[in-house]
Amino acid sequence: MLIKLTGGRVYDPIHHINGEVRDLYLRDGRIVADPGQAAVDQEYDLRGKVVMAGGIDLHTHIGGGKVNIGRNMLPEDHRRHPMAHTPLTRSGCGHAAPSTFVTGYRYAQMGYTACFEPAMVPINARHTHLELADTPMVDKGTYALLGSDDFLLRMLAQGADQKAINDYVAWTLHATRSIAVKVVNPGGISAFKFNQRKLDLDEPNAYYGVTPRAILQRLTRAVTDLGVPHPVHLHGCNLGVPGNADTTLDTIAAAEGLPLHLTHVQFHSYGAEGDFKFSSAAARIAEAVNHNRNVTVDVGQVMFGQTVTASGDTMAQYRNHRHASPRKWMCMDIECEAGCGVVPFRYRDQNFVNALQWLIGLELFLLIQDPWRVLLTVDHPNGAAFTTYPHLIRLLMDRSYRNDLLATINKSAAAMSTLGSIDREYSLYEIAILTRAGPARILGLTDRGHLGPGAVADITVYTEHDNKEEMFARPAYVFKDGELVAKDGVIQKVVWGATHVVRPNYDPAIEKPLREYFERYHTMRLEHFKLGDEELLDDGRGRIQVHPCAVGWRA
Amino acid sequence: MTPSQDASSPTATWRNVTCPFCGLLCDDLSVAHQDGRLRVLEGGCGRAEAGFGHPCEPATPLVDGQAAELDAAVQRAAAILRAARLPLYGGMGADVAGVRTVLELADRTGGVVDHMHGDGMIRNILAIQDAGWMVTTLTELANRADLLVFMGTDAVTHCPRFFERLIWHKESMFDLDTNRRQIVYLGQSLDSGPGHAPDGRAPPGLACDPARLGEVAGVMRALLAERPVQAPRVGGIAVTELQALVERMKKARYGVLLWSAGDLKLPHGELTVQTFCELVKDLNRLTRFSGLPLGGEDGATTFSQVCTWQTGFPLRVSFGSGHPVFDPWRFSTTHLLESGSADALMWISTFAAEPEPPAAGVPVIVLGRPGMTFAQPPAVYIPVGTPGLDHAGQLFRMDSVVTLPLQKLREAGLPSADQIIRAIQAAL
Repeated sequence: MLIKLTGGRVYDPIHHINGEVRDLYLRDGRIVADPGQAAVDQEYDLRGKVVMAGGIDLHTHIGGGKVNIGRNMLPEDHRRHPMAHTPLTRSGCGHAAPSTFVTGYRYAQMGYTACFEPAMVPINARHTHLELADTPMVDKGTYALLGSDDFLLRMLAQGADQKAINDYVAWTLHATRSIAVKVVNPGGISAFKFNQRKLDLDEPNAYYGVTPRAILQRLTRAVTDLGVPHPVHLHGCNLGVPGNADTTLDTIAAAEGLPLHLTHVQFHSYGAEGDFKFSSAAARIAEAVNHNRNVTVDVGQVMFGQTVTASGDTMAQYRNHRHASPRKWMCMDIECEAGCGVVPFRYRDQNFVNALQWLIGLELFLLIQDPWRVLLTVDHPNGAAFTTYPHLIRLLMDRSYRNDLLATINKSAAAMSTLGSIDREYSLYEIAILTRAGPARILGLTDRGHLGPGAVADITVYTEHDNKEEMFARPAYVFKDGELVAKDGVIQKVVWGATHVVRPNYDPAIEKPLREYFERYHTMRLEHFKLGDEELLDDGRGRIQVHPCAVGWRA
Repeated sequence: MTPSQDASSPTATWRNVTCPFCGLLCDDLSVAHQDGRLRVLEGGCGRAEAGFGHPCEPATPLVDGQAAELDAAVQRAAAILRAARLPLYGGMGADVAGVRTVLELADRTGGVVDHMHGDGMIRNILAIQDAGWMVTTLTELANRADLLVFMGTDAVTHCPRFFERLIWHKESMFDLDTNRRQIVYLGQSLDSGPGHAPDGRAPPGLACDPARLGEVAGVMRALLAERPVQAPRVGGIAVTELQALVERMKKARYGVLLWSAGDLKLPHGELTVQTFCELVKDLNRLTRFSGLPLGGEDGATTFSQVCTWQTGFPLRVSFGSGHPVFDPWRFSTTHLLESGSADALMWISTFAAEPEPPAAGVPVIVLGRPGMTFAQPPAVYIPVGTPGLDHAGQLFRMDSVVTLPLQKLREAGLPSADQIIRAIQAAL
């Protein structure tokens, strides 16, 4: 079936198309070149509308153990946000930690077609993929969390060579069916289990004697050697600590020019100036990002309101538990691999710290020059629910709206921020980079995030609106793999997306020390740790898409 | 993924088999299939031997106690659900696939879901929802724990291999001599035999009425906070002994406090659980301490995990108003049946023949292990396969973070619960 999308204004930054009126042709789930005389089976009149590739959220906690814990902790949030079933859709609920069906439907309604769970504990991979399989509408992928796993730390403490580390990292990506490597407070999650309450970049882990810098450098080297498209996706040391901008700058230097992605960098851009010993260091971080072209970031913007923080960083979450709102929280030490902490949180616009956090995120967006290297996230749900994206887009595109809000927040915080003097407004083209082209590029998803022939037909069509929040909240049409799945915010068809993975080469001999480790220390068999493809294929409901790694196996 | 199978001899032997019969989900069993029977060769316990060894008898569906064709049973079940205003889907002893399919059916039919062990599970759930907790998982315990405090449980009553696999047998990664682990029991009538160290050290036990454990933990919190305690004894335990225990807990490098919510059969047992959790949190100001809630039998953890991600709530969820509503009391199996709010019951129990479905006074559909007997014959009984024996699947271990694959070991000619539920849904 040949589908024609006629007369829309296309924004496709990967092909440098900036609002040109162009027709698009879809066949068999892909965008195809103009087929000339071929008969069109179905046509959509998109005159006056804006066309982009489907949105890609490269950092959203939507599946796995800690997300489910978040759901368990927030029955009151669920009660306020029920979603009734319809003949097409399942029921569900939730706002900060929505149930899986609701997550998928809401993303699709908003024009997103791919979501990536950024902190999958490897032993929790089976569970994570089960939840993602029950998340409809969107393609998905996972980042395997490494850096506090005892197997790796033992290797580092014993002076293992880089090849062994590379093999272990590659093996983990295979075993967990992941697309990238996530590092969270490297060595810090482990340190907390030894009663270490803080860990700076050059501070040794109390048991292993290994520093976060060393762990980060070995893992960054591994990911680069393996040719994994996405760099190490780093949740750095000292998250949330006033003055942690110094740590962030040191961490950028520690990368020594290798590609590095700093996630939710807003939480890592804090100074310690002023009466409250808490200030914005966004300008310093933005300058460092501007000058270090090997660094990409996603912001992790906070929004005012109720949410829940769910993170693998047990050390930071324990440290922050006093700020829980409502006053409940949990922490978990996990399987000699990682940990997690879930702390409900309410960001208040009249609270000095929260208001400054909001400001810092916006400063980062507006001061980082290269839109390809500053991606749009709220670190759902840690900064806010992902349904706040349209509001965030409006803040970035509409200076006057932004300044109106600035006038309503905590005045001391506003006074400390340069936001009011920043004139920059993001264009539609740049928003398309932040929300689709940029994420696709840095994840290595070559067949999406754009609208050229051969691209997967994940397409979002917006009705132009002065109020950009309205525009982005309710796309007119959303196509997934060439099928119309949502129209004016109403689900038209329920589909199930693919899981994106990488499979770098590695020496299978790594299984010998792994097997020994599992037999001596673990409570599960190595064979059961590894997933099989059939688990993701789920009797035909799922698909797997393998993305190539850049280089061959390096011995 | 599949266990290694030695097909050259008449006995097929499966290695690395996952046992589904308690929350520990031991996955190191060797099981032989010979002459139609499964036999645990290695790695089993009494419960595994009984579970795997259960004969695979021919199993016929029953309608009103009489043998019936499967299709007739399915049609009758569908008729019962079609006529029901508020069907209750209970028992819920099933694997991931089974739970997923029942939730879909419950959503479509506007029913309620609860688990046979809901009374125990809800005590933990309410504690999580109210104040949260700090917990750990099995590999952490096996490698790190130097002090284990058992509150009203001995673990082995529910998980026979608990000590063998996690406490005495393992090497530890962290220079910990596992033989020197300290074990302490608080409670009554606990099986402390497994708690004896390999060198013969007997674990101390503080005898205490289990109903008073909440008070005991409360006093331990007070002692930890150095508040004056007037009473000389609490729950039968001398406060001086509790003081000594608290001192040991403070000195632990990684302490673990264990309980089994299902065994805290008290009114508002969740308050006892919460006091345990708050004690653990208090200890973390000084050292590292974690709770470990035991349980997970009959797919309890599986059910609550799948239900949470699909509905937002872990159990006792009603779809009666078109969207998930959670109520820990109104939507309990007991209350729904006693109050007459539920007018049909589908009872799913694929791992064990007990417990029987509760006396209902409403039409009952049972999807259960072959060979179940009933005080009163249900309207429909469809024998279904056991996950991990008769068909592959997945189950969550009791520490919730690990999901094990289950294998198919024999051809029993039984449909899975998942298949039957789909057939019933199609017949609606």
